[in-house]
Amino acid sequence: MSEKRLYTKEHEWVVVKGSIARIGVSDYAQNELGDIVFVELPSVGDVVEEGEGFAVLESVKAVSDVYAPVSGRVVAVNEALEDSPELINESPLDEGWIAEIEIDDTAQVGDLMSEQEYMEYLKGV
Amino acid sequence: MRYLPLTEDEKREMLASMGLEQIDDLFQDIPPEAVFQGDLDVPGPLSEAELIRHFKALAAKNQDTTKLVSFLGAGVYDHLVPSIVKRIVGRGEFLTAYTPYQPEITQGVLQSIFEYQTMICELTGMEASNASMYDGASALAEACLMACAATKRELVILPATLHPQWQEVVRLYLESQDVSIVYMPLDEQTGTADLNQLSELPWGEAACAVVQQPNFFGLLENVTALESRIHANGGLLVMAVDPISLSLLKPPAEFKADIVVGDGQSLGQAMGFGGPAFGFFATTEKLIRRMPGRVVGETVDAEGKRAFVLTLQTREQHIRREKATSNICSNQALNALAATIYLAVLGKQGFRDVGYQCLQKAHYLKQRLLEIPGLSAAFSAPSFREFAIRGAFDWAEINRRLLDRGFLGGLPLARFGHPDLILFSVTEARTKQEIDAFVSTLRGLIQ
Amino acid sequence: MTVRANIPLIFERSTPGRRGYRLPELDVPETPISELIPEEYLRSEAPALPEVSELEVVRHYTQLSRLNHGVDVGFYPLGSCTMKYNPWVHEDLVSLPGLSAIHPYQPEETVQGALELIYNLSEHLAAIAGLSKASLQPAAGAHGELTGLMVIKAYHNFRGEGHRREMIVPDSAHGTNPASCAMVGYKVVEVPSDSRGGVDVEALRKLVGPNTAGLMLTNPNTLGLFDENICQIAKIVHDAGGLLYYDGANANAIMGIVRPGDTGFDVVHFNLHKTFSTPHGGGGPGAGPIVVSEALAPFLPGPVVAKDGDKFRLVMPEHSIGRVRSFFGNFLVYAKAYAYILSHGPQGLREVSEAAVLNANYVMNKLKDIFELPYDRICMHEFVLSGACLKEYGVRTLDLAKRLSDYGFHAPTVYFPLIVEEAIMIEPTETEPKSTLDEFIEVMRQIAEEAKENPEMLTSAPHNAPVKRLDEARAARHPVLRWARQ
Repeated sequence: MSEKRLYTKEHEWVVVKGSIARIGVSDYAQNELGDIVFVELPSVGDVVEEGEGFAVLESVKAVSDVYAPVSGRVVAVNEALEDSPELINESPLDEGWIAEIEIDDTAQVGDLMSEQEYMEYLKGV
Repeated sequence: MRYLPLTEDEKREMLASMGLEQIDDLFQDIPPEAVFQGDLDVPGPLSEAELIRHFKALAAKNQDTTKLVSFLGAGVYDHLVPSIVKRIVGRGEFLTAYTPYQPEITQGVLQSIFEYQTMICELTGMEASNASMYDGASALAEACLMACAATKRELVILPATLHPQWQEVVRLYLESQDVSIVYMPLDEQTGTADLNQLSELPWGEAACAVVQQPNFFGLLENVTALESRIHANGGLLVMAVDPISLSLLKPPAEFKADIVVGDGQSLGQAMGFGGPAFGFFATTEKLIRRMPGRVVGETVDAEGKRAFVLTLQTREQHIRREKATSNICSNQALNALAATIYLAVLGKQGFRDVGYQCLQKAHYLKQRLLEIPGLSAAFSAPSFREFAIRGAFDWAEINRRLLDRGFLGGLPLARFGHPDLILFSVTEARTKQEIDAFVSTLRGLIQ
Repeated sequence: MTVRANIPLIFERSTPGRRGYRLPELDVPETPISELIPEEYLRSEAPALPEVSELEVVRHYTQLSRLNHGVDVGFYPLGSCTMKYNPWVHEDLVSLPGLSAIHPYQPEETVQGALELIYNLSEHLAAIAGLSKASLQPAAGAHGELTGLMVIKAYHNFRGEGHRREMIVPDSAHGTNPASCAMVGYKVVEVPSDSRGGVDVEALRKLVGPNTAGLMLTNPNTLGLFDENICQIAKIVHDAGGLLYYDGANANAIMGIVRPGDTGFDVVHFNLHKTFSTPHGGGGPGAGPIVVSEALAPFLPGPVVAKDGDKFRLVMPEHSIGRVRSFFGNFLVYAKAYAYILSHGPQGLREVSEAAVLNANYVMNKLKDIFELPYDRICMHEFVLSGACLKEYGVRTLDLAKRLSDYGFHAPTVYFPLIVEEAIMIEPTETEPKSTLDEFIEVMRQIAEEAKENPEMLTSAPHNAPVKRLDEARAARHPVLRWARQ
């Protein structure tokens, strides 16, 4: 069971504790998006598929989907983002987390990149 | 040509700077088979004097309400417009500006829209307004689509008492997205939606129920009965309102409306054969991110000074493309500005006076008409500045004769399936003398 | 002179009891309001409209107007928007009571002049488009797109081909194109641009099929380039059973030079507030009439105007889709476009487009050594530069745009089209004299120098505008959309 932070190619991160995956976006992503002004959060209970857009980040003049790195059911959302979307800019890896998903199948987490691999990946972006 | 400043010498010089010799060299990318040969089949050129003469001749073929005394309404009204409205709207800085995408040099437009949004919120009681829509009918269509998106439902309940043209526009917009429509039938006695048949409607599937207040016949609908039904079933209440009536009538927010739309023609706009005026669109704070169209918000500049800017733009087509809340881009900004100036100069008391005089004068005409044998009130519900009269006459023919005597009569409702009815509208612009003369002329024609 | 913005809201100028306009005294006998309208319908509190004198209203809005840039104020090279001179005589023409004070429900015999105007303008637009019949009902360009797509859909449905629900749209298209498709339930299929900036013909060939409803194209496109393969493109789409939609946003380049109908387009919309010089009004009203081929004419929204001898009457086309808005569209707007066509005539309209293209190429040619020109070809009425070269100084296209206003110029369109990095889209229009173009070119050079030597001058611009740069994130995070009563 890992508590490492893993990354997707779409710049989401995921930290898995037991069967619960906490999800957010990387520092690189928040920097690219600029000032986040609104976060469209999923609802607790939503069932999401890996690769599916399950939240939306809005900056002043851009909209980006956040893709689910794992399949499962949403069990918690970061309600603080409703009033303070800027948390994603200020603290993308911590206070700016977006949602927690109870994972269907823990095996699929293995497809994600480690922090080191992600850093390598960014060099090529 | 009058508006083309380049001289032949300049053209040659400019072409030479690019290594070209003639204008046609600029069009070398156009394949020869696509090039149009010959002259466009349009008349002209006319000089300014000739153009004015032509327009005066066209205008002279119309009979206008500066010469006729009008009792026509049904969506477009002959209200008084203070002189300053047109003067200020005509300033080049407003007239010739584009949409305020560069806020630092368009604060004038932006602030005026912010003021407009505030006024619409004050009139309707709603929490947020956009910067305007094309007209009331298309605003209502967009409101229905927004309700569908917000509730994830695909059915809308429309009243049969909605303006027939608005019904057509809404039907076309909704059909295009495969949304179905169910109608609340007309109560022939009251002239409003038939409350006895409400239980037969599919409330549980409806994204929204629409009420027009006052309705097409100028009558007040029982909004409360509809509100409780739609909200109890998880749908939204959409109200289409006449802004002048809101000088006296309870704001839609107090009826718990979720979306409020209307046509702004009566707020300081020319009748102009039906356009341009504008539509307004207001909603609750909860739904603002689903609202179509442009919105102006308050912010500060780098020195902390209050300023205004287009905001919530991620809803719009230039960012969200096919996922936008609507495709609307241009709106009716200058008409909204005219409404803002109109409401500002009328002010709190003046605006109430307009509504009050419309109500009193319409009531006066109605009472005078009912004195004429053969005429009766068409419906029993209370009315505002418009009402239908019943009488078994050829109203189109009567209108022709009224026209010869300088009157623009009401709207015969035969074409809408009510052969004996005619719809009259009276604004504050009509005088007692005009009303009395109209009544006695009509009496003479009928008898 | 720079006017600094520090103008209170009209509500903040309010003094209880003050009045700006008085109606004549009520001259009919009064009935107590309670006898006319039941209590439960009446409002208990009047809306908080301002209480100000007429002079205060005049000063307030005059002051606001002075914070605005407009075509009447200075050069406005906003790409894709065609900010040309709007003749003042048009304002006089549409103020004639015979046009402005007529009611749309008047009997037809009392509005023959208005119907004649509609008829004539419809014919003239059809002539310019090289197509058959027009509807003047749509209120703006995007509304025209929506209407045109509804007509296309009705045509396919009528022919039992309602399954055609895919609309092909180039990646360089205006955002309204895909948004309009969504409004009629069409799936958007994006076709890429080729290296010359036109539609990638081979990619298009693979995208068309039995579900193709049509292709929406702006030609010249948003890069300001005329698609050289247009006839081939039209054939591919037509052979697949689809129709061609012409987005007329850029029609200022082609009047009398190319008629879209001749190149295979079936539906055209014109933005009369661009090409035909009706003023933009700070964002509207516009007018977006559509013109269609003979085959599509029965599906047009109605009513349209028909001519019988010397009489004009309103008719509904045989299979009309219905109405896209009330009455006859923005009549007093399109009446100005009618005036514009008449004052130019066939030769004049052609000269308009020629001069628009000449001005654009002149400016492009003078700027392409300073900024990158991603598609280095002769352009039509506008062109797109890239401001990416400024990045190394920490300056972005947006900063350049803001800096231009310090010199009295409106910014070009920036960050559009999406396929050009740091896009700067410039459309000078034909009504600008060469001297203005030369000044603009000089200022662009100067700003490019500033970017190298003093980038902060750009990143903190504007310096002379009524306000400094705005905090747009704050406006969007916590929307304040109305003045709050104290």
